[in-house]
Amino acid sequence: MSENLGAAVREICQACGNNRVRMMDIVRAVQAKFGCVCGEAMDLIAKEVKAHRVEVQSVVSFYSFLSDRPKGKIVIRLCNDVIDQMHGADRVEQAFCEELGIRVGETTADGRITLEHAPCIGMCDQAPAALVNDVVVTQLSADGARELSRELKQHMTPQKLVRTYGDGNNAHELIRAMVHNNLRGPGPIIFGPINRAEALSKALSMSPAEVIRAVKTSRLRGRGGAGFPTGMKWEFTRGAKGERRCVICNADEGEPGTFKDRVILTERPDRVLAGMTIAGYAIGADEGILYLRGEYAYLRPFLEDVLQKRRQDGLLGNNILGKGFDFDIRIQMGAGAYICGEETALISSCEGLRGDPKNRPPFPAQKGYLERPTVVNNVETLCAVTKILEHGPGAFAEHGTSGSSGTKLLSVSGDCSRPGVYEVEFGMSLRDVLRLVGADDAAAVQVGGPSGQMVGPADYDRKIEYDDLATGGSVMVFGPQRNVVEVVDKFLEFFVEESCGYCTPCRVGNVLLKERIEHILAGKGEPTDLEYLQELGETVKTMSRCGLGQTSANPVLTTLKNFRGAYEQLIPGPSNGFQPTFDLAAAVGDAEAVIGRKSEHAHA
Amino acid sequence: MANNGKPKLATTSLAGCFGCHMSILDIDDRILKLVELIEFDKSPVDDIKEFTGQCAIGLLEGGCCNEENVEILRKFRRHCDILISLGDCAIMGGIPAMRNNIPLQECYAEAYLNGPSVYNPAGQIPNDPELPLLLNRVYPCHEVVKIDYHLPGCPPPADTIWEALVALLSDKPVDLPYELVKYD
Repeated sequence: MSENLGAAVREICQACGNNRVRMMDIVRAVQAKFGCVCGEAMDLIAKEVKAHRVEVQSVVSFYSFLSDRPKGKIVIRLCNDVIDQMHGADRVEQAFCEELGIRVGETTADGRITLEHAPCIGMCDQAPAALVNDVVVTQLSADGARELSRELKQHMTPQKLVRTYGDGNNAHELIRAMVHNNLRGPGPIIFGPINRAEALSKALSMSPAEVIRAVKTSRLRGRGGAGFPTGMKWEFTRGAKGERRCVICNADEGEPGTFKDRVILTERPDRVLAGMTIAGYAIGADEGILYLRGEYAYLRPFLEDVLQKRRQDGLLGNNILGKGFDFDIRIQMGAGAYICGEETALISSCEGLRGDPKNRPPFPAQKGYLERPTVVNNVETLCAVTKILEHGPGAFAEHGTSGSSGTKLLSVSGDCSRPGVYEVEFGMSLRDVLRLVGADDAAAVQVGGPSGQMVGPADYDRKIEYDDLATGGSVMVFGPQRNVVEVVDKFLEFFVEESCGYCTPCRVGNVLLKERIEHILAGKGEPTDLEYLQELGETVKTMSRCGLGQTSANPVLTTLKNFRGAYEQLIPGPSNGFQPTFDLAAAVGDAEAVIGRKSEHAHA
Repeated sequence: MANNGKPKLATTSLAGCFGCHMSILDIDDRILKLVELIEFDKSPVDDIKEFTGQCAIGLLEGGCCNEENVEILRKFRRHCDILISLGDCAIMGGIPAMRNNIPLQECYAEAYLNGPSVYNPAGQIPNDPELPLLLNRVYPCHEVVKIDYHLPGCPPPADTIWEALVALLSDKPVDLPYELVKYD
């Protein structure tokens, strides 16, 4: 067994050039082959790539798809984000547990199947959903989960669970997924028709500075949510000192409730890859990395094929379109870490490290991937670039508003009759969005995912644009039957789980926020708790090191502002100064058992 | 005792070592100024056992390790307008909280049955009703009742206590220079 392991690890490392930068690929391959990266495997990997074992171990321990203890041959990851729960994920979970005879986090006695939770896997529009190894199963029911478990125990082949394919390229022979695009409102920019070479060939006929100027003229801003002007980012990167430069496409779409990049990568991969190539040309890079979240591994063979075809057609590789420009793209798979959507954490991950965010400055534009000046752009941003090159920056800027040009893809989920992906003009009011998606009775809308803001009916006339309701695309709709404080609790659970733990405000602050929210939900809250939540939330927001902690308190802060009544309803009123959470009878229970008498104080 | 309209101060040591009370006494002759500002009520300083009335300030040393601590702490909450957690044990459990990761049964066994210096041929764990039952773990004061202020230190320096009390009694913002709140 251990000889097998040795040979296999050597082979895997060699396939990655014994390069420690490729650590993610190495440990993912070992995990896939052996169901874990055990201590022995870590030693072997460390030896092969000339790293310390702890470097391997720190990567394995960081990502949720990796483990040092054996998991089953098949791992079922049941999505438990708030939207999936609203659609009955709890009942599905119970059915899985009963049928498999295990609890979440456990492996069947025969070592074949493991059941786990996963935060949002990007399928909120077809929830509840789960990953069975790399295979996505959607719209699960309790009965469906039972049947699925029984089948799986018999054939142990996840792909066989897929009986009908989804629409569009989901039925492509290299994807074969039951995922649906739910592309409800394709718009003019991202989902318009595409000529694979047009944008690139136009770009290569211009000088890099002219390309950057075109992007600047279009006023394109980053679509990941932060909204940094793309042209400016490219200019900084081009101007930064460094021999080699790099373009990274951030396809680590981890914000719960976001799934637009999944649809882009399924239906318009050429646009994304052309956008990366154009960015590479503009900044003078020779290497591009598409960082694909582990949950979307089912798209990888398809994307590799698209890359290969682009190479064959002279759109990628050496001497692109005969213009003497060399640029190639590799796909870097993630392994289940939300934080890797943060650009500096994403760069760490591409470098074969834990997905820890880095200190800024230096910014990635100055020193990014392997200390090279690096541009990190969202999938949607790069798509928009191709459109700007095709039809000119002026035509692009005609869409949207002056501060937010173009269109925005929204991933809509929750209590609405038409969940899915919508391409809307910037400047559309939230009210119009809700009408479009069939959510006329929405009581609350979380715009921008858990790190965004919870908006109430009084603010439905606010607009989707950078200067008002900025969003990476996630729109979660909550009907009047939902308790927003429970939603906040779920969001905090997510952040507590996903915090990398590096800085105290985020690691500890989110736990304390969640603890207090739990007290309130249990009817043990007090009026002063709201003040406490406000103060602590602001501390977490201002003192955290990266974007995760700087936004994780947003659900608390925006609901305190917009849904204060929901909290006040749950709070019984001023107390006598005793902490309602301290239960003397429970606290003396152990001693009563040991000593053998009842406490007079506790039971008075 | 005559009140003279002065606010009252109560103090207690719960699961503490009395070190914080030593630090109170360490304000030296300023204690004479202190009694001009306040009157001691329930406190080991004057050995008054029960509250004689409502107090302005309660100083708490130590966390809660047993049911009696909880009772006293709750009494303090009822009788004091402002409660101050004084020192690290009150604020976070301190040394006594080192038992928090050990099951209570093992703590009793180590103390009364298996400890190296224990002589207990009957193998009995003391069970007099007078002895308060231990809590499953040691709690900092603010987990049991609401606490208004925290003065850290092991113990907090006498000057820190003095400055805090004077500021509170004269209704001014407390000015604690760096030397009074650094602990290395």
